[in-house]
Amino acid sequence: MSQPLIEIKNLSAGINGKQILKGINLTVRPGEVHAIMGPNGSGKSTLGYVLAGRKGYDVTGGTVTYDGKDLIELPPEDRAREGLFLAFQYPVEIPGVNNTYFLRAAYNELRKHRQQEEVDAVDFLAIVKEKMKLLDLPDSMMKRAVNEGFSGGEKKRNEIFQMAVLDPKLAVLDETDSGLDIDALRIVAEGVNKLKRPDNAAIVITHYQRLLNYIVPDFVHVLFDGRLIKSGGKELALELEEKGYDWLIGKNGK
Amino acid sequence: MTQTKPKSEPTPHLAAAESFAASAPGPEWLRTLRRNGVTHFTELGFPTTKLEDWIYCNAAPVTKLAFKPATCADAAVTAAQLAPFAFPGWTGSRLVFVNGHFAPALSTLPAPQKGVTITNLAAVLASGDALIEAQLAHHASVDGSGFSALNTAFITDGAFVALAPNAVAAEPIHLLFISAPGDTANTAQPRNLIVAGANSSAKIVEHYVSLGGAAHFTNAVTEIVVGEGANIEHAKFQEENLEAFHIATVQATLARDSRFLSHSISTGARLARHNINLVMTGQGVDCVMNGLYAVGGKQLVDHHTIADHAQPHCGSHEFYHGILGGQSRGVFNGKIFVRKDAQKTDAKQTSRNLLLTDTATVNSKPQLEILADDVKCTHGATVGQLNDEALFYCRTRGIAEVNARRLLTHAFASEIVNRITVEPVREHLEQVLWARLEELIEKK
Repeated sequence: MSQPLIEIKNLSAGINGKQILKGINLTVRPGEVHAIMGPNGSGKSTLGYVLAGRKGYDVTGGTVTYDGKDLIELPPEDRAREGLFLAFQYPVEIPGVNNTYFLRAAYNELRKHRQQEEVDAVDFLAIVKEKMKLLDLPDSMMKRAVNEGFSGGEKKRNEIFQMAVLDPKLAVLDETDSGLDIDALRIVAEGVNKLKRPDNAAIVITHYQRLLNYIVPDFVHVLFDGRLIKSGGKELALELEEKGYDWLIGKNGK
Repeated sequence: MTQTKPKSEPTPHLAAAESFAASAPGPEWLRTLRRNGVTHFTELGFPTTKLEDWIYCNAAPVTKLAFKPATCADAAVTAAQLAPFAFPGWTGSRLVFVNGHFAPALSTLPAPQKGVTITNLAAVLASGDALIEAQLAHHASVDGSGFSALNTAFITDGAFVALAPNAVAAEPIHLLFISAPGDTANTAQPRNLIVAGANSSAKIVEHYVSLGGAAHFTNAVTEIVVGEGANIEHAKFQEENLEAFHIATVQATLARDSRFLSHSISTGARLARHNINLVMTGQGVDCVMNGLYAVGGKQLVDHHTIADHAQPHCGSHEFYHGILGGQSRGVFNGKIFVRKDAQKTDAKQTSRNLLLTDTATVNSKPQLEILADDVKCTHGATVGQLNDEALFYCRTRGIAEVNARRLLTHAFASEIVNRITVEPVREHLEQVLWARLEELIEKK
């Protein structure tokens, strides 16, 4: 078995003194897609934010080892530079910052970190064009400000597009499917599938099983009350779709 | 709103105004205008902080500066000194005024165009022009503030732009006002008049700068008369030195179906007060007021705007952004006045302020007086720091916190600058603002 890309051990975390994650254990290896499912309020988004390093989300226990490093010690920008990518559930609008400019700034930060030369606007455009085809994005989206005035679907596509350009080792997709119609969902999922390689991995956080019809996970975990209460293969997702969460929660309920 | 008129104390300003108005040459109507200016200035004096409109803007330091009004352009200014104030790639005309007086040797006049007059006020006052007599000082009322009255008492020179009906100015017009304070003069009082005939169109940039770092006083008044269906973009950019006092009024009268786009960008001066008053005198007017100030140190920048909806079916949209560092102070007072018959008014106002330090302050005040009942008026004001979510978002994309702050601060400024349609002006502004914001971010 290959070395884990990320190893989460007994992770506890919370916000404003309120405990939300209560001992998460999860190991993800290169080439794997893990789905984390769970009802509202189970801690799904918190897990995404803790992994990305959001201020105010305090780790109170456990360890996260990412690519051999202590992830919790790294500021958010260094996590990104080391190849961790969070696709936001609610992508943030940044008026006044051109989408292409923003992405090139991010791309060059990653290159600098790897001691590679920065790319200029012309070369970057070529990279962008190629990835845009992958996600079927209109040119106009690149000329607008980051996420400003984008529809829900456009915002999610823009997240996956950023992911395509930044080419992370580990992508954490936080409810990327929420608020998408079926066509947008398919485009987003196909994008994710096309980016899958033996040397990268994804954690797909979702509330609904339907995303997993398009992004087929290797493992499915159920998050409830801050703990992963059940893990299994892709068939677990179908079981959840059929039976809901109650049969599991009953066993593990508070 | 009642404003008690303070009793004016005798000032050197008044003595100078009286003597100037009594002796300066010109046609009788002009001499009368100046005398009226003196009379009103005598009544009003300089505003004090007891006046509601000046409560946050203490003009006392202005009045303490020795008052040496310039009587002509300073011949010592050279073309090379103007280089920093040129817009990149600018091919249009540029009228240069030194201490408020036209400097032909430094100016590039536009190629003659039928129906388009771009010149200086003194030239037309000398030749006599019925248009001037009919319009000058008819819009910026002399009794508004002591400063406008003082400007009126000294009317001599400034820019004059006249567009005949249907005339479209071929190129944007750059009006560059340079203060070169020296032994003989430190006060410039340009008086500008822009008269746009029906369905005419022009883009005009009013640009204020200083040579050297000595204190000086600019007391400017610009009157703009926008005819029916005319389309005018007016950008004012104030980047004077940090000892300067800049007091200015832009007064625009907007006729039926006209469009008016106003920008006010203010980075300079120790004290800058901008009054921008738009009066919609006909139906179907569409106007935008767009503003940005970026200040630090002990600067004070004050915008007082008025959108006066005197007629139905007009729209006014106002966007002001402030970026404040050091111990600077910002004031935004946006008045929306909807008169009794101005039904179907659509007025929107936003004022957003970014404080880079704990010691910078802003007083932002919307002032709505709505006398009609079928209108849509909204306003919103924010004062605060950069958005934490946006900062985090940038950081998750690999952008370090300090750079994310820089990026978001510049973006906040760009939102306003991007509304200027003249590209070389935008480019110049971006350069100046970039440097200014870097200073503010570094000094914090």
